[in-house]
Amino acid sequence: MNRHLLSTADLRREDALLVLDTAEQMARLSDRAVKKLPTLRGRTVVNLFFEDSTRTRTSFELAAKRLSADVINFSAKGSSVSKGESLKDTALTLEAMGADAVVCRHPASGAPHRLAGWVRGSVLNAGDGTHEHPTQALLDAFTIRRRLGRLDGLAVTIVGDVLHSRVARSNVWLLHTLGVKVTLVAPPTLVPHGVSAWPVDVSYDLDAVLPASDVVMMLRVQQERMSAAFFPTEREYSRRYGLDADRAATLPEHALVMHPGPMVRGMEISSEVADSARSTVVEQVANGVSVRMACLYLLLGGAYERDEREVTR
Amino acid sequence: MTSGQVPGPAEAWLLRAVRPLGGERADLLLAGGRIARTGAAGTLDATETGAQVLDADGLYALPGFVDLHTHLREPGREDAETVESGTRAAALGGYTTVFAMANTHPVADTAGVVEQVWRLGRDAGHCEVRPVGAVTEGLAGKRLAELGAMATSAAAVRVFSDDGHCVADALLMRRALEYVKAFDGVIAQHAEEPRLTEGAQMNEGTCSARLGMAGWPAVAEEAIIARDALLAGHVGSRLHVCHVSTAGSVEIIRWAKSKGWRVTAEVTPHHLLLTDELAATYDPVYKVNPPLRTAEDVEALRAGLADGTIDAVATDHAPHAPQDKETEWSAARPGMLGLQTALSIVIDTMVTTGLLDWAGVAERMALAPARIGGLPDVPVDVRSSMGVGAAATLTLVDPEARWVVDPARFASRSRNSPYRGMTMPGQVHATFLAGRPTVLDGKIV
Repeated sequence: MNRHLLSTADLRREDALLVLDTAEQMARLSDRAVKKLPTLRGRTVVNLFFEDSTRTRTSFELAAKRLSADVINFSAKGSSVSKGESLKDTALTLEAMGADAVVCRHPASGAPHRLAGWVRGSVLNAGDGTHEHPTQALLDAFTIRRRLGRLDGLAVTIVGDVLHSRVARSNVWLLHTLGVKVTLVAPPTLVPHGVSAWPVDVSYDLDAVLPASDVVMMLRVQQERMSAAFFPTEREYSRRYGLDADRAATLPEHALVMHPGPMVRGMEISSEVADSARSTVVEQVANGVSVRMACLYLLLGGAYERDEREVTR
Repeated sequence: MTSGQVPGPAEAWLLRAVRPLGGERADLLLAGGRIARTGAAGTLDATETGAQVLDADGLYALPGFVDLHTHLREPGREDAETVESGTRAAALGGYTTVFAMANTHPVADTAGVVEQVWRLGRDAGHCEVRPVGAVTEGLAGKRLAELGAMATSAAAVRVFSDDGHCVADALLMRRALEYVKAFDGVIAQHAEEPRLTEGAQMNEGTCSARLGMAGWPAVAEEAIIARDALLAGHVGSRLHVCHVSTAGSVEIIRWAKSKGWRVTAEVTPHHLLLTDELAATYDPVYKVNPPLRTAEDVEALRAGLADGTIDAVATDHAPHAPQDKETEWSAARPGMLGLQTALSIVIDTMVTTGLLDWAGVAERMALAPARIGGLPDVPVDVRSSMGVGAAATLTLVDPEARWVVDPARFASRSRNSPYRGMTMPGQVHATFLAGRPTVLDGKIV
């Protein structure tokens, strides 16, 4: 394993599979009455969140606690960060407190990369700007494998605001590494300009792609994209790229519908589809805890030998 | 290219066995601020003039470099750079004149501010400082600044630029181009269509897509250059394009020149060498505006500089304090140091590749920028810059030297060099400003 989890692009196939297999063991734990392992007793995990994200923070917090780590939640709101303290000073503060791992959510792409240069502990990227969200992709892959029994050779379609989506980026690299054929579907305005270098197919026509999809992964569309003229109206977006019951009916029998949450019901996904048997939305949340436990376990549990020389100040 | 400082009458230097423009060895006698005499190597006598002798065997003589694009940060950000520290860096880099950009605090948009900067430069004495005046008040792009007042001030401003911001309003740009004709001024445009670059962090392309950073598309530069070239052609004014960064821009400028329009352009050393792949480190030392582009763009810029489509090399030396760079990428200020590495990068990218000879380096780093900037007394051609009567404003280069970049040793107050740890070819050994050495043996005099 690498020392940090910053991107799925630098995750080797065997490392990715190790995370998924470890998460499988962690998932068995949640079936027990006492859902706790002593593995990370005495270790400190800091949740450093510069953006509000109750669900991701809670998921990481629960994962760390189930491994018996001490957890500190460091939220940017109401802290010295909002008074202009730099990311670097925050990093040095955490370092002085002896954080073994820093789970970082930040609105700027690459902020966890910067952090990794300033702290000795492991850095886990919990979503950085429009760059990546590696644990989301890992939990998505875990969910697919649990439901469909495999990943290799499957066809996964990712639909929505790819341009601004860290979930899409992490999924593209990870699924490609795991042998999945990925198709991106979006209005052309929401496809990155440099997408030709990605190992994916791109389509602007959702209806054409659905019948051959084993999994369709819907991305959240944010309101502000409309005002920036990425598409004319919510209604038009929903009509062309939303997943409603009629469209879902064209999917193969076994196909899954996924969403990283939070969903905008009626916009990118209809309630009927979100609550259907195909939908894995709730499972994804449960699996998120197992996958994050696996990541913390592998990064902190001795799999990586610390090397103090790597720290640059 | 004479200086405001007149050297003492006694100050004379004999450059022994120097190679003007990298040619045959010769002796050059500098006296009275000019090249007073030339002769075959070892033939001129120092004793009769009392000249000090500089053994220049192995050194090349070039006309002193002129930088059309320097940020000296004073007044306002003296923690990042001062006129004193920035002009030291300039002299050490072989520069004898720098054009100080207007985006200071307060903005150099009045006669008062440009005269202040000009005086600070004269008092520092390391090189000529020619202030650039802002085109619009406060760089706000709304109303023309008092361009005439700056032109007739003691600073005698000829170059006007809102650099850092584009003069995006087409009508305002037209008026500015027309207005400066009255005093043979030039508008130096930072070509960046603002709507196409809202929130932009790096070149738009495969790297920005992967890194999840908002893209700065080439078209945002090219569209403005095309528009401004058409405007300059229409009103018959001089347009200078700052820091050209894309292959498409080179094509448009080539086309504009073919029309006979008065369009000139500069390229920075970093755009001749570095590419957007470096952003993958997320280290803002590589963040600059316009951003680093692709290898194809680098190739086209080198070709454009070689064939004269791009007239000049300009550093866009942009010092920044550590707290403005040791941040996440999007929070960092754009810009990088350039004065002390420019020559080496030009050697690396243009000379060793065979694209430019040393006369070409002299043209692109000294004469062309001097002409664009409206300096007095510019030699008619490169050869005459080394002849009797030319200003003794010279840079002596050791072409064989190799050195490793250590920003901590730069004269600049800032350390934001993207070249840290790189081995560079060629080094400035001495710089003469109107007969007076500002740098000897690689050190400030």
